[in-house]
Parts: sequence; C-alpha cells; structure tokens
Amino acid sequence: MGENLFIILLGSILVNNFIMSRFLGICPFLGVSRRVETAVGMSLAVTFVMALASLITYLMQVYLLDALGLGYLQTIVFILVIAVLVQLVEMAIGKFSPSLYRALGVYLPLITTNCAVLGAAILNITEGYSLLGSVVNGTGSALGFGLAIILFAGVRERLEDADIPEVFKGVPSTLIAAGLMSLAFLGFQGLI
Amino acid sequence: MLEIIIPLALLGGLGLLFGAGLAFAGQKLAVETDPRVEEVRACLPGAGCGACGYPGCDGYASAVVLEGAATNLCPVGGVAVANAVAEIMGSAPNTDVVRMVATVLCRGDNDHCKAAYVYEGLRECQAAVLASGGEKACPHACIGYGSCQRVCEFGAITVENGLVRIDYEKCMGCRKCMAVCPKDVIRLELAEKLSILRCRAAESGRDVRDVCSAGCISCGRCGEVCKFGAIEMVNNLPRIDMEKCVGCLECVRVCPTRAMDGDLSKRKRASIDYSACVGCTLCKRSCQFDAIEGELRKAHFVMPEKCVGCGACAEKCPRKCIKIVQGQSVA
Repeated sequence: MGENLFIILLGSILVNNFIMSRFLGICPFLGVSRRVETAVGMSLAVTFVMALASLITYLMQVYLLDALGLGYLQTIVFILVIAVLVQLVEMAIGKFSPSLYRALGVYLPLITTNCAVLGAAILNITEGYSLLGSVVNGTGSALGFGLAIILFAGVRERLEDADIPEVFKGVPSTLIAAGLMSLAFLGFQGLI
Repeated sequence: MLEIIIPLALLGGLGLLFGAGLAFAGQKLAVETDPRVEEVRACLPGAGCGACGYPGCDGYASAVVLEGAATNLCPVGGVAVANAVAEIMGSAPNTDVVRMVATVLCRGDNDHCKAAYVYEGLRECQAAVLASGGEKACPHACIGYGSCQRVCEFGAITVENGLVRIDYEKCMGCRKCMAVCPKDVIRLELAEKLSILRCRAAESGRDVRDVCSAGCISCGRCGEVCKFGAIEMVNNLPRIDMEKCVGCLECVRVCPTRAMDGDLSKRKRASIDYSACVGCTLCKRSCQFDAIEGELRKAHFVMPEKCVGCGACAEKCPRKCIKIVQGQSVA
C-alpha cells in the first residue's frame, strides 16, 4: 500500500481542513455554530455520514462507474447515494437508537445537502486513495470539520457576551472571527 | 446509441433501486407513534417556550398522550387550546384556566431611582447583580439591562430608561423572564388585575424615599381611602386582598409616588338606564362615594367625576337597570 494512513488522517484533520482551508461546508459552519452543544451534534452527524459515504461512494466509483466507463456520472450518482444514505441512516437510528436520534435531531437531514460530504467523496477519488484510505480520509475530514465548528462555536459564545462596537455585532464579527481562524489553520500548511 | 442507454439505465435503475429500498426500509423501520401525539401537537401554539414545564410543544404533546400530563398546562394557548387538547384526550373541558401575565414590580427607572455607583461591566442583569446587587441604590429595583427581554419569545418586553416594561397583550405568561431575573422583580399576576403595587421595598418610608422617588413610602393612604377594607399594611407595604378588592382604583388615585400602579383611564363607571329607573333611591344610599343623585320616584343619575365603578349600586338595584361599563364614554 503506497499511502500512509496516519498522514492521510492528520492531513485531512489539520492541514487540509475542510472548512478552514478547502472552504467546504461553510453553510453549517456558520449556521449551527451558535452554541457548542449544537455544534457537537452537527459534527457527530457529519462524522457518521461522511465515513459511511466515503465507503459507499468508493465502492460505487470502482465497481459501477469505472467498470462501465461512466466516470462523468460521478457527481449525480454520488449526490443520489448520499441523499439515500442519509435518509436510510435517519430511519435506522430512529428505530434502533431513539436517544441518539434525539441527540442528532435536525442535523442529520441537514447533511443531505452538505457540500462537504460530496466534497469528501469526490476528493477520495481524485486523490486516488484506496478503500481504506478513502474511509480514513472521510473520517478525518469530518473530524476536522467537527474540530473547526466546535472551536468556532466556543469563539462565538464568547463573542455574544463581548462588548463590541454596534456595527460589528452579529454577522460581521462572526465572519471576521472565521477569517482569523482560517489564518490560524494556515499555520498547519507546512506540517506534512 | 448504447452510450446513451447505459447511463440512462444505470441512473434510472439506481433511482428505482434506492427508491424501492427506502420505501421498504421506511416500512420495516417505521417507529410506531400514538397518532394522538401528532393531533395534540397540532393544537398547540408551537412557540416552544417551555412554560408548561416540558421541553417545548413536542415534549408537552408526548407528555400529555404518553404520560398523562394535565391538559391545561399551556399558558400561551389558554382556554381554547386546553379544551382542544382535552377533547382529543377525551377528558373533561377545562374551566379553570385564567390568563396570567408577567408584571414588573418596580417603577424605579433611571429618573426615579438613584444610582449607587457607575457600573461599566457586562450589560447583563446576572452579571450586574454580582457587583453588590446592581447599579441602582434600591436593593429591590429592576436592574434594567434586559436579560428578560432577550429570553422573551414573544417580544413582549422592552427596556425604557433602565426599567423593564411588559406588554400585557403580547405576554403569554411563560415565566421565562421570571426564571432569568436575578432580582425576582417579575411576578405573574392575573391579567385582569387592576391595581398593582409596583414596589417591593419593605424598608421604612424614609429609607425608600432616600433612594427612589417612585417607591412605596408606607404612607398608608391607599389603606385609608379603600372603602372596602381590601388593603392592609404588612411589612411597610400595602397588601391587597383580592377577595375584597372591587377594582375602584381609589388606591391608585391617592398614591403620592404612584407606586400603586393602575390605569385610571380604564376605570369603570356606573350607567343607569333612565327609562327603567323607578327612583327607589337604593342605589343612592348604597353608594359610598356620593356619586348618585336623584329624588324619590324620579330617575337617578350618576356623576361621572365621582363614580369609581365599584358596582355596589348595580348589586342593590332591584330593577337591574344599572350597568357597570368601561371607561369614560358614559355621560
């Protein structure tokens, strides 16, 4: 195997962080980072779906699309797979683990249209990872997403209470903080 | 031709497969719920305020159906919702739902209540109260940084000049403001209550006067003027006996600091139907305010400037020709 799983994991969490350096999944990043609790719920759901989606989409790509020479259908097939997967997972969790279902709540269906999940699935293919590498990359990317969103929720909770100028209250201060955090993550660039 | 058919068949097949799979899974994995939960939920206002004591409307709906919670716990919906829920649950309709609203027991805004020091910290009541009980010199005063305003789901709370005001029309009595208030200066009162003592300072009148010009100075004039004996001074503050109070608002009229608060423009008035009046003088004799004049066997009339709308005359009238009406529209 020509790839180092640890490097893939570290790279996806820190260096190529989905939010901070690839700028994917910004919508939930700003939408559900108001409180740490909701951020944790969202990142749990994303981790779950992203790992599973990486696995399934990899199999789809190799055994269906590549086998039939239909690589150009990648995007639409992946979207279909992810949407179905999220629905299926939601049903299964609702049935078998009502407590987890309540904890994830509304975040699970939100992920259906999350570009980060599709991004992870497509990146797995373009980077040429193996099956295991894809799953590790998917999980790592989701963990990176969770890291960013939870850290940012902490920043926002503090910003809520801070005495900042009226014009910067709300969205402006949030976007500035996001930008600064992205710069901070830039520091990981030389790590690998 | 084949390069069109294969992708079409693949996508179509996948869609069909996934659709069928989901439909199958939907049946297999269906979570059984009591249909009444949905019905009850549909009746509730959907504010999700938690005033019922359950986590939001969904929580209350399932508590009613599955745990047998009472049907009249939603203060936002009031009687209509309580009865709708009772109907679904097949229990008796509720009659004991009274509308309660939150009210602030303080009139000490920045003009009336002195400041003990200048507070420059976080503009949040819970933080301000830590600094020796807040900026205002009166230890009972509303801090007025509006922590309650930020938790109000109904936009009923505003802050004016360092004092919280609650719009009774918008207030749904959910108690969220009461829970967040570090001074406990917000209380739930009957919505129709007319006179409310907006001061909790149990200190002597002199001490209250020193810090606030809108506080109760325990002068006792409200108790003296009350012809119905409904006001008693307890701990330097008047206490209104709601059993005896008729809502004449005389206490509000005489209060020198306006700590006893009420809307005098909403005062009621007696109105005599002259065509039915036989001039028995019973109403005139029952009136404690000398507001009714008229001679024996002649129609009586009410003097609007003296009448307080206490309703004593209406009770005495043998012909039931006196009505108590709202406001000053009466001649």
